[in-house]
Amino acid sequence: MKNTRTIEITVGIFVALGMAALLMLAMKVANLSQFTEQDGYEVRAYFDNVGGLQTRSAVKMGGVTIGRVTAIGFDQSRFQAVVTMSIDQAYNHIPADTAANIYTAGLLGEQYIGLEAGGEEVELKPGDELTMTQSAMVLEKALQEFLYNKTVKSEPK
Amino acid sequence: MTDLLAGLGRRSLDFFERLGRGHLFLLRVLASVPGLVRRPGLVVKQVWSTGVQSLIIIVISGAFVGMVLGLQGYNTLVTFGAEESLGLVVAKSLLRELGPVVSALLFAGRAGTALTAEIGFMKATEQLSAMEMMAVDPLRRIVAPRFVAAIIAMPLLAAIFTAVGVLGGYFCGVGLLGVDDGSFWSQMQAKVLLMEDVVNGVVIKGVVFGAVISWIAVFEGYDAVPTSEGVSAATTRTVVHSSLAVLGLDFVLTGLMFN
Repeated sequence: MKNTRTIEITVGIFVALGMAALLMLAMKVANLSQFTEQDGYEVRAYFDNVGGLQTRSAVKMGGVTIGRVTAIGFDQSRFQAVVTMSIDQAYNHIPADTAANIYTAGLLGEQYIGLEAGGEEVELKPGDELTMTQSAMVLEKALQEFLYNKTVKSEPK
Repeated sequence: MTDLLAGLGRRSLDFFERLGRGHLFLLRVLASVPGLVRRPGLVVKQVWSTGVQSLIIIVISGAFVGMVLGLQGYNTLVTFGAEESLGLVVAKSLLRELGPVVSALLFAGRAGTALTAEIGFMKATEQLSAMEMMAVDPLRRIVAPRFVAAIIAMPLLAAIFTAVGVLGGYFCGVGLLGVDDGSFWSQMQAKVLLMEDVVNGVVIKGVVFGAVISWIAVFEGYDAVPTSEGVSAATTRTVVHSSLAVLGLDFVLTGLMFN
């Protein structure tokens, strides 16, 4: 058995190493440091169809992530999906008539909300609703419409 | 026929006897744990022999498991054109399952057997009885520090295993196979959650597995038949029982946590 001092030092190093690994998992892998939901303001938007959108999906403007989706629910009075998103406090000069669209990254990739700035001078406030929205593209629907158009066109022959 | 029935009855009685003794033993160990506050040096020494000495095998296996995940995950994902998600696949599978489970199995083999053999031989050479003779409680002096040390060491080893595994996956995916550096991390960071994946997976599973392994190991050692054969049989049982317990508990924990 080695002497007590060496043992204590190596145990100290071991515990520090374990803690460092946990910290790395929390910071680098789970990305605790970059974006926490608290430091943003919340905005709502109604969509006919949210497709594969999920909580924590990105909210992007000009391709830059400026926030995250915090909640997705269904409004029974409007029969629409209501998406609550939290936008980073740093981006507080967004026009109130900004349009929200649901886009897909790549053909089958994950879905995100893309915001397109409007022209109004009034700025978006916490709790506001984005009125101009466009739903997610559902692949089956698009295919259905395409096939329907095909058959309608080919019928007169 | 009656012999068969009698044998069956004896076997099941033996089984229940060991089960009961194991749990009573656990209660007695837990009761002597608070006394360790006054002797932290005993625990430190055991953290050294269970944790620090398992470090090399944990680091090396973590690196290889991560690298294999990188290679296999890439082969599957590339057929869907989704190789950017490699970081996510590697991190989630390591954090939730492979990290805690594989390090627990290695820990049972590396540290659990050593615990059983050490305590078993102390019993076989009558050191434990000698202690009792000197009015030193062997549970407090020998068993409790080892039990606590394994519970401390196990989650730390699982965290190190997982962190090294993620780096191994990064090395294989980004370094060898040419996955984009940025999307490897960003996909991982977008989908891995602190509470759900890191705390649930590595920390809680690590602590539970550590407790189960050290309980089985010290009980088998303490309960061993005090002969060379008895100790070797107890060591074998430690590996078998703790591996089965880890895998079974992992199923239960996963069911509770992620559904």
